[in-house]
Amino acid sequence: MKTKIFKPKKSAVLTQGNQAVVEGALAAGVEFFAGYPITPASEIAEGFARELPQIGGKFLQMEDEIAGMAAVIGASLAGKKAITATSGPGFALKQENLGFATMIEVPVVVVNVQRVGPSTGLPTAPSQGDVMQTRWGRNGDQEIIALAPSSVAESYELTIKAVNLSEKFRQPVVLLLDEVIGHLREKIHLKSKEEIEIYNRKKPESNQNSDQFLPYQLTDDLIPPMADYGSGFKYHTSGLFHDQSGFPDGKKETAKFMQDRLHNKLHNNLDQIIFYEKNIRSDDNAAVLSYGSAARAAISTVNTARKDNLKAGWFKLQTIWPFAEEAVAELAAQVDTIIVPELNQGQLIREVKKAAAGRAKVIGINSYAGDLIRPEEIRALLEEVL
Amino acid sequence: MDFEKYLRIDKLPHIWCPGCGHGTILNSFIRAFAESGLDQDKTVVISGIGCSGRATGYLNFDTLHTTHGRAIAFAAGVKMANPGLNVVVMTGDGDGSAIGGNHLIHAARRNIDLTVILFNNQIYGMTGGQFSPMTPTGDQATTAPYGNIDQNFDLAKLVEGAGGGFIARGATHDPRQLKKIYLAALKHKGFSFVESFSQCPVSYGRQNKAGDAVEMLKKQQEDTVSFKKWQELSFEEKQGKYPLGILKEVENPESEYTESYQKIIKKLKKEEAF
Repeated sequence: MKTKIFKPKKSAVLTQGNQAVVEGALAAGVEFFAGYPITPASEIAEGFARELPQIGGKFLQMEDEIAGMAAVIGASLAGKKAITATSGPGFALKQENLGFATMIEVPVVVVNVQRVGPSTGLPTAPSQGDVMQTRWGRNGDQEIIALAPSSVAESYELTIKAVNLSEKFRQPVVLLLDEVIGHLREKIHLKSKEEIEIYNRKKPESNQNSDQFLPYQLTDDLIPPMADYGSGFKYHTSGLFHDQSGFPDGKKETAKFMQDRLHNKLHNNLDQIIFYEKNIRSDDNAAVLSYGSAARAAISTVNTARKDNLKAGWFKLQTIWPFAEEAVAELAAQVDTIIVPELNQGQLIREVKKAAAGRAKVIGINSYAGDLIRPEEIRALLEEVL
Repeated sequence: MDFEKYLRIDKLPHIWCPGCGHGTILNSFIRAFAESGLDQDKTVVISGIGCSGRATGYLNFDTLHTTHGRAIAFAAGVKMANPGLNVVVMTGDGDGSAIGGNHLIHAARRNIDLTVILFNNQIYGMTGGQFSPMTPTGDQATTAPYGNIDQNFDLAKLVEGAGGGFIARGATHDPRQLKKIYLAALKHKGFSFVESFSQCPVSYGRQNKAGDAVEMLKKQQEDTVSFKKWQELSFEEKQGKYPLGILKEVENPESEYTESYQKIIKKLKKEEAF
């Protein structure tokens, strides 16, 4: 299939986070979108509706959020890189099928442009209220990968990473934007094909005997090769616990073995999954740890505070889940205080406290009614603790 | 008839109860598929949750046992991503008309080329006999211990209202007709829907003192009439009877959903070349 874009694109464009997600996904080889309209994520669906048929890809507006999630899983099984986009209420509806994708190990990307909840909440105001919904929104123990961009450029970059991670680990990946990042306009540089590293799912050899094919084969890397529907392997997939053949197996050993494998396939490779940026000097006594739109205020505050000789640094998470426990523990050993600004009542701060384990004081700054966190609020707290 | 080609023999015996009609549906489907000339390697069978959901485990195709009610939505994604695949959905009356009813309506409306076989045994069997939207009013169910006050409804009419092009009803007392209907449904270009009456002597039959499978099949035969005969019946005579056969068959390949989308792709390619 041709991957040429309909109209020649300039490498530098002024665009919004939601559109940058579309550009990033197309750059990473996504050929399928299915979803349902919802504020503040609809520009993503609109972008794919416009772009996908131009490259021979497919756009499907489904009857509801649940169906959108189901359709992208189906498309991925048929061999296409697939993505869907929603916001908090829609994300809640997608959870069951997201758990199914985790269980049957289907690469898909789910974008959640967060708005203030609970319920219908404030549809047009930013929030980071779905951090824990992303981690624990489904039944049963399970891992999830979640990335959170803090700029339009990062929306583009992390979408490419999200698609690659999903393909590499046969694992659904959640991209957590918020309303401000989704609608913010910034200049970004679109990359050429040569500049982008693309990862495609591992497939079985085409000459492999289909009778001996094990769709959930135990391999060294714990990631089974995945066959496209229609490629002759005739295999079964089920959300029930299954053995290597894919068929239901109710034995408790199988249930344990499978859950351990699903956990370990990610946890053996955290260095490939966990991304963060930091600027901590050896004599900094406080750090502002943040992610998403809150990171913008955090970093700018630290930059101006340093001009006034405050001993502060910043730590920005790009991967939220799995949580960067080791790096945060290291940070806690380095500084006396970690400030965690979040657009919620304090969700990721629980993980920070756990990782800090009393080695540093962890203080939250929380805004959860639709306002952004202001640099002055972070500055005031920095001055108080330093 | 080479059943071994289409069944995963090593997965048998199936989990369905003695006397269950679902095996008859599976048998009829396999016979129809064998006759259809369709490529087994290019056919995906997708099911939801419940007794019908287990059908995919026994069929030797690419098979997907999905979440409750969502089989049609998964199928739409598969078909749209690769229109070269034949996509069959096997669902039940609870799976397909209650929790998954919305997906049924919209797949029919889009006229996407799926073959939906709905196993209707008028009860939630897997969970132990709760009433479904297909359980007749007045019947007993574990969640209707004083009699079912819900109205059951005509699924074929629902699909017709939604614009379905191929609508049929078969029943397990007549597996030959079931096979013929499935064959026509598989060959139909566009959305096709086959409601398949099945007997559940265990979860439905016991509570309703309906007897064993043979007695239930006799009752099924009494309650149904060929579509041709049905059309000649008076309004009064039609009450409580269900017509069997192909109820509607409108070939409209022009409006098939994946084809319509393909036209957009082609049009854009031409503009690009220009």
